[in-house]
Amino acid sequence: MAVQTAPATRTTTGTRRMKINVTVNGQAHDVEVETRILLVHLLRENLGMTGTHIGCDTTNCGACTVLLNGRPVKSCTVFAVQADGMSVATVEGLEKDGKLDPVQEGFHEEHGLQCGFCTPGMMITAAALLTANPDPSELEIRQAISGNLCRCTGYVNIVKSIQYAARKTRETAGGKA
Amino acid sequence: MAIAIGGIGQSVKRKEDARFIRGRGNYVDDVKLPGMLYLDIARSPYAHARIKSIDTSKALAIPGVLAVITGKDLVPLKLEWMPTLMSDRQMVLPTDTVLYQAQEVAAVVATERYIAADGVAAIEVDYEPLPVVVDPIKALQPGATLVREDREQKDNHIWHWEVGDKAGTDKAFADAEVVVKQDLYIPRIHVSSIETCGIVASFDKIEGKLTVYMTTQAPHAIRTVIALVAGHLGLAEHKIRVISPDIGGGFGGKVPVYPGYVLAIGASVLTGVPVKWIEDRAENIQADSFARDYHISAELAAKKDGTMQALRVKTIADHGAFDAAANPSKYPAGLFHIITGSYPFQKSFVEVDGAYTNKPPGGIAYRCSFRVTEAAFTIERLVDVLALEIKKDPAELRMQNFIPPTAFPYKSVLGWEYDSGDYGRALKLAMDTIGYAELRKEQAEKRKRGELMGIGISSFTEIVGAGPSKDFDILGIKMFDSAEIRVHPTGKVMVRIGVKSQGQGHETTFGQIVAEELGIPVADIAVEEGDTDTAPYGLGTYASRSTPVAGGATAIAARKIREKAKLIAAHLLEANPDDIEWKDYKFQVKGVPTKSKTMQEIAFAAYTNHPQGMEAGLEAVDYYDPPNLTFPFGSYICVVDIDRGTGVVKIRRFVAVDDCGTIINPMIVEGQIHGGLTMGLAPALYEEINYDKDGNIQGSNFMDYLLPTAMETPNWETAKTTTPSPHHPIGAKGVGESATVGAPAAIANAVVDALAHLGVRHIDIPITPWKVQKILKDNGVAE
Repeated sequence: MAVQTAPATRTTTGTRRMKINVTVNGQAHDVEVETRILLVHLLRENLGMTGTHIGCDTTNCGACTVLLNGRPVKSCTVFAVQADGMSVATVEGLEKDGKLDPVQEGFHEEHGLQCGFCTPGMMITAAALLTANPDPSELEIRQAISGNLCRCTGYVNIVKSIQYAARKTRETAGGKA
Repeated sequence: MAIAIGGIGQSVKRKEDARFIRGRGNYVDDVKLPGMLYLDIARSPYAHARIKSIDTSKALAIPGVLAVITGKDLVPLKLEWMPTLMSDRQMVLPTDTVLYQAQEVAAVVATERYIAADGVAAIEVDYEPLPVVVDPIKALQPGATLVREDREQKDNHIWHWEVGDKAGTDKAFADAEVVVKQDLYIPRIHVSSIETCGIVASFDKIEGKLTVYMTTQAPHAIRTVIALVAGHLGLAEHKIRVISPDIGGGFGGKVPVYPGYVLAIGASVLTGVPVKWIEDRAENIQADSFARDYHISAELAAKKDGTMQALRVKTIADHGAFDAAANPSKYPAGLFHIITGSYPFQKSFVEVDGAYTNKPPGGIAYRCSFRVTEAAFTIERLVDVLALEIKKDPAELRMQNFIPPTAFPYKSVLGWEYDSGDYGRALKLAMDTIGYAELRKEQAEKRKRGELMGIGISSFTEIVGAGPSKDFDILGIKMFDSAEIRVHPTGKVMVRIGVKSQGQGHETTFGQIVAEELGIPVADIAVEEGDTDTAPYGLGTYASRSTPVAGGATAIAARKIREKAKLIAAHLLEANPDDIEWKDYKFQVKGVPTKSKTMQEIAFAAYTNHPQGMEAGLEAVDYYDPPNLTFPFGSYICVVDIDRGTGVVKIRRFVAVDDCGTIINPMIVEGQIHGGLTMGLAPALYEEINYDKDGNIQGSNFMDYLLPTAMETPNWETAKTTTPSPHHPIGAKGVGESATVGAPAAIANAVVDALAHLGVRHIDIPITPWKVQKILKDNGVAE
């Protein structure tokens, strides 16, 4: 017996609309959306951020992976309204101040991508892994990306890309210290 | 110098990565045009049914739903059927009968994606279910349910095709000392590129111009198809622009024309507004073209010592409800007659019968050229069956029989001319790399302890690079490919090619070919493809044809430029052209390195100071019709351990030795092999699309259709030999599909090898834990 707490109106087709506030890559967005709209469609259609892709609709392929309050989620299985008041991080936010994230650099250096379609979700998952575990074993990397399907690379170079990023991140952190 | 310019043989980092790693790729679903409408498709829940009525009123009552299109609406436009590549036809929308589950029944056009889906849900179709036939062997029996009532021929037989010497082969079998026979089913699978198929069609009514953004591996061919199929609606080829933007994987699934494309184009032409159709994953797996579905019965005749003599193969090919195989060869079963593989059979006879069933149409490649995996799997499995029969090590049996390197170019008994090969060298390298002899010792010891370990070999020969015009065409268009190169005054280069990358890295590798030929750094070379308004006509990327065909065109176009550049160099150096030589990526007066001109200097002169009587500019075009196909090969060795409790097969090691001739970019080639191996692992152990007796698909999503994840995929080990193709301008053979072709047999052979002492001779792929566990239980060795 869910109770509708936020103000909602009905559209012409009878679906509800709701005003939500979602912060994407640090920028706040006030939008009114149908309650049934998926987070991935909010990002892609309403906000025009097409870096996050859709590959399956069943939470299997991970092409739509984004960070929701820092945790990786598959945005094809999250309603946009569930992200109300939360922060979302997408592939578009990985590069900061013109500097590639070590994960992005790793994918380029180690040939961790081919068609590029799974890549945004794969990199977001990798970034979340490295935040939680800066020095993952190969098995830990493989487990972390086991919810992200890639049809082109056979994963070997993706694992190497993430290892590259881990190394680079540690070196940079070491350098700072 | 080669390193500095990023020429052939250098692991140049990919140019295309820059946009992909930033989420700035431009895939079809990223295209958003002003006023764009959305199309969604209602599909049949039945595999065979009469449509009694379609009620669209509730759908049309939804605000935002603008139109519902049914088959009857397409009749006046003559668009209810479309031709297939196999001289058959396929329904765009049915007028009275549906022939497979998830077949398109009606299309909804709406202002928003979600509203289009609402419209689809509101369409009410009254079906009368009809009897269903899903098994092609039953479909070919007398009295079987007729799938195609629209054909004059009132049975489910599509075609019979045979090749080889039947009488001679039969005699060889009658006289043979040893005959082994194996039935194999190579199941229906789906390429499942992570990006599904889709289109944005935009028709400008004033200009009469149709622009199409489409997930297609062959944009130019699609343009011609649209002009031929919809010419009567006023579409002319010079006013059709097909753009294949970034493509999220193809593997053969984006070669065919699907009804959704036609419906979106039709809707845009009628409304004058852009229309987008993007299929979801369930639609993609259920209704898009499948691969394989071959029921094979294969026999091999040999001497007692293992000398292979004759091969006899009979196959039933399930092509679904429409013969819509993406097969541009002159042979109904594609290149299946590469089935004699790496061995010098003296006699061979192959026959294939195509059958209609109540299943989706297809017969596309799954990352291979037209039935090559089916062939390679069959012969490499059969060789192991022979090895077991005559109790010979499978590596030794292969070494004993290989076509010797001195026999190339080698004319196979079924008619192919293999360009080059050194099969023994590849197998020896694989054996040395993996430590074959030690592994056999380990296996013998483990077997004594009851542990299950297997070693499998596959020494495959591929056939790619479609293709020579004598063997291939699409709607009569020969399968050449093209390149157009323009060198600008400042020495920067624009290359446009007729193929289209779906992840292969053309923007980098084609730049490397030109860099090598012209001595211009790869960073200064832009490569464009996939836009029919700008790129020269080509037949697209599939069948590992980009490098063998468009790569040939690119090298030759560059050489044409170099010929002209040589004349300009002679002019600038005030020398006779005969005294000019190309050395160290520059033209110089023979033996005088100080008197030289770079291509950049020559390019500037081509626009500013060219010899009198010579045309200005520095550009060339080449349309390359290859003289022959190319024949990449390799030897793979797989080691598996089997869990006696669960039946799970674990790949412990997998060594892949590939020979694709000259390598343009080793990093990219290795990546292609890794991916190909993973798409070889997939059908060997996991992927299968099957149907229940009513034609219901069993597994139309990634929960049930199991793509390998990083957890199942082993750390592939690769090595190479290099045997250039003698007929290709740079000696390259193509590599995108070799591993998918070669890997399944290595894995299946390893599993059978692990269980051979129990009397196992064959297990149909995918070799699931359930199948293995049943064998273990039946033999009383399950834990």
